[in-house]
Amino acid sequence: MNALRRNVLKGAAGAGTVAVAVAAGLLKPTQAMAAWNKAAFDAKNVGDAMKGLGVSAPADSKDITIKAPDIAENGAVVPVEVTSGIAGTTAIAIIAEKNATPLVGSYNLSGGTQGFISTRIKMGQTSLVRAVVTAGGKSYTAAKEVKVTIGGCGG
Amino acid sequence: MAEPMRIRATMAGDVADVKVLMNHPMETGQRKDAKTGQLVPAHFIQEVTATLNGATVLAADLGSGISRNPYLGFKVKGAKAGDKVSVNWTDNKGDKNSAEATIG
Repeated sequence: MNALRRNVLKGAAGAGTVAVAVAAGLLKPTQAMAAWNKAAFDAKNVGDAMKGLGVSAPADSKDITIKAPDIAENGAVVPVEVTSGIAGTTAIAIIAEKNATPLVGSYNLSGGTQGFISTRIKMGQTSLVRAVVTAGGKSYTAAKEVKVTIGGCGG
Repeated sequence: MAEPMRIRATMAGDVADVKVLMNHPMETGQRKDAKTGQLVPAHFIQEVTATLNGATVLAADLGSGISRNPYLGFKVKGAKAGDKVSVNWTDNKGDKNSAEATIG
């Protein structure tokens, strides 16, 4: 009897934590709009950058397309286009995994803005370029490797 | 920073294709000056906001990993020719710039 009661309590506490985490995740975009997300941009590895963005364990998605060159001759200017086919995309982040500070940009989309961002990034060395898409409070990701012959950071 | 910013917005069906070219050195803070050997201080755009007829459509945070003279392209559904697109940016030194264009 008592053991069952314990389990029920534990279950309730567990569900509570999830709800708090979800609320924190939903609050993130508004915070990012108010102030530059220093923690995420100063992060030195991909895990910390994602944590700074409020993203954890995003699911791989085939609906995200990353258009970038297979080989970039000049790492200072690498054109990257991210298209998200996921309905209700509200944010896109671009991460160059092996850069000194991996997070390159995070874009909050509102109004009629579609899941599409095109930009040019710097890459220190050959690495994966990762896109993290937020849609309906969930996170999705996809990555594409770009080979860099001349680095664009510090050179 | 009185360098101009260029915005081009064109309609493709019911979607406005907006392209923005900003003028900015985007220093990472990791590059050394070739002459003095000193690190060049970080100087990069941190926040970019785009509005369509006054309503925010894109709020971006950028890091130093964006290339010099940043290019930004995005697409807004439901816009129409004649609508006003305005873009503002702020860098880590507090410099600001803004520009406005009409969708053609």
